[in-house]
Amino acid sequence: MARAIGETATLPGTAAGASQQLGRAVAIPVLSLLALVALWQLLAWLAAEPRLMPPPAAVFARMVAEARSGALFSHLGITLVRVVASFVIAMAVGIAIGILLGRVRFADAFGGPWLVFFLNLPALVTIVLSYIWIGLVETAAIFAVAINKIPNVAVTLREGARALDPALAEMARVFNVPWPRRLRHVVLPQLAPYVAAAARSGLALIWKIVLVVELLGRPNGVGFQIATFFQFFDVAGILAYALAFVAVVQTIEWGLLQPVERRIARWRR
Amino acid sequence: MAALRVAIEEKRFPAVGAAPEKHVLGRVHFAAAAGETVAITGPSGCGKTTLLNIVAGLDGDFRGHVERPPSGRIGYVFQEPRLLPWRTVADNLRLVLAGSREEQEQRIARILAEVGLADARDVFASRLSLGMARRVAIARAFVIEPELLLLDEPFVSLDTPTARRMRLLLLELLAAHRPTTLFVTHDLREAVTVADRILVLSHPPAEIVADIAVPLSREARSDESAVEEFRLRLGDFARLLEREGTSA
Repeated sequence: MARAIGETATLPGTAAGASQQLGRAVAIPVLSLLALVALWQLLAWLAAEPRLMPPPAAVFARMVAEARSGALFSHLGITLVRVVASFVIAMAVGIAIGILLGRVRFADAFGGPWLVFFLNLPALVTIVLSYIWIGLVETAAIFAVAINKIPNVAVTLREGARALDPALAEMARVFNVPWPRRLRHVVLPQLAPYVAAAARSGLALIWKIVLVVELLGRPNGVGFQIATFFQFFDVAGILAYALAFVAVVQTIEWGLLQPVERRIARWRR
Repeated sequence: MAALRVAIEEKRFPAVGAAPEKHVLGRVHFAAAAGETVAITGPSGCGKTTLLNIVAGLDGDFRGHVERPPSGRIGYVFQEPRLLPWRTVADNLRLVLAGSREEQEQRIARILAEVGLADARDVFASRLSLGMARRVAIARAFVIEPELLLLDEPFVSLDTPTARRMRLLLLELLAAHRPTTLFVTHDLREAVTVADRILVLSHPPAEIVADIAVPLSREARSDESAVEEFRLRLGDFARLLEREGTSA
């Protein structure tokens, strides 16, 4: 786009440019979300059927009511505990398997087909089989979610382990760097971007699977609530719980994952 | 008594895919006295880096024998600096140091002062210029007080004045710390400046074709014209290196 000379053009890097950039970085997502709410309002108005397509204000009012009664927080809390437990297990096991497959050729040749099998196994199948084999208990729920996520983490970390720089490994060997130090300063920083990618996609996937697990076999949690509301065609309740949980997950992303990632990437130019 | 004894009979790299097997090193026998600096030069591709990796113990797949100093304290300055970009200069040095935290800090401060990088202590290695990164790599090799120091063309791709400053810095560090040193270079001027002795390798399978003593004083080594004069006396070898280098 051509600009006339003399027209005020804020340059990137100047204070005004920076605040303008920041403004744009915040303004566009906010506008985009407002547009989504407006679209929802429009659809609700067109549908003219508040029970099946409640407007945003009704869903918000419902959220407040559920929060006041305490039900919202109790179910959110239980679901969150399940998400965190299966997330931690899936990351720990997946990282270990991924590094093994990325470093040991035989393990990769042997374990590769297993990985493909589990990657393609539908989540619903592992959930149902876990409940049948282990019983309708918490262990089965968390196990089923972890089994669903482990292959994704392993595949990502396998790439990371393959990309480890052999030149740095040689350096550490010549200088006799003890292996715990090697792991902490040489290996893990190289894997950090892969761990971050796995964590991010992991959180998004896991909380969705947890809801299915709860719907199929737990007596509480957001998924259980949604199943109950489903039986009464209570769309406002379904949306209230779903939005509340989206907000929680987004808070974890902004408040925890992104700051950690920024800290890890501090050394980059 | 020799601090380093190298007796390589043969080193081959096996065929990989379409690339045929390579017979890199033939019979390479030499020894270095404690504190001696030996330059190794030869046409490009003659296996100089391979020789260093064997001496360092990184490559065990060869026929022959290497006797290293018993302490196992080996400093290696690679062709690329090989620093951890996600750690600071001080942390890069701390990585290779044993001992108490206090002792580590003292050694780090001392070596950084010696290489003129005291101010860069807390800078991430990713932010260093190539010349500074090279100096940190040299500091890392010296900070462990190595008994055996291996340098693989540590000044390659630096501009001429920087390379000259680095040669003089290395000369000072060698005089102060006295490790037994193998210094690989394709630049005779560099070899003459730094080394007590120059070994010239032939085209692969490489063997030692000359073992030249460099009887220059400290002062003469920091004098460019004296170095150039000595290098010219080695004219035949220089031509050999150039001819073989271009045909490689």
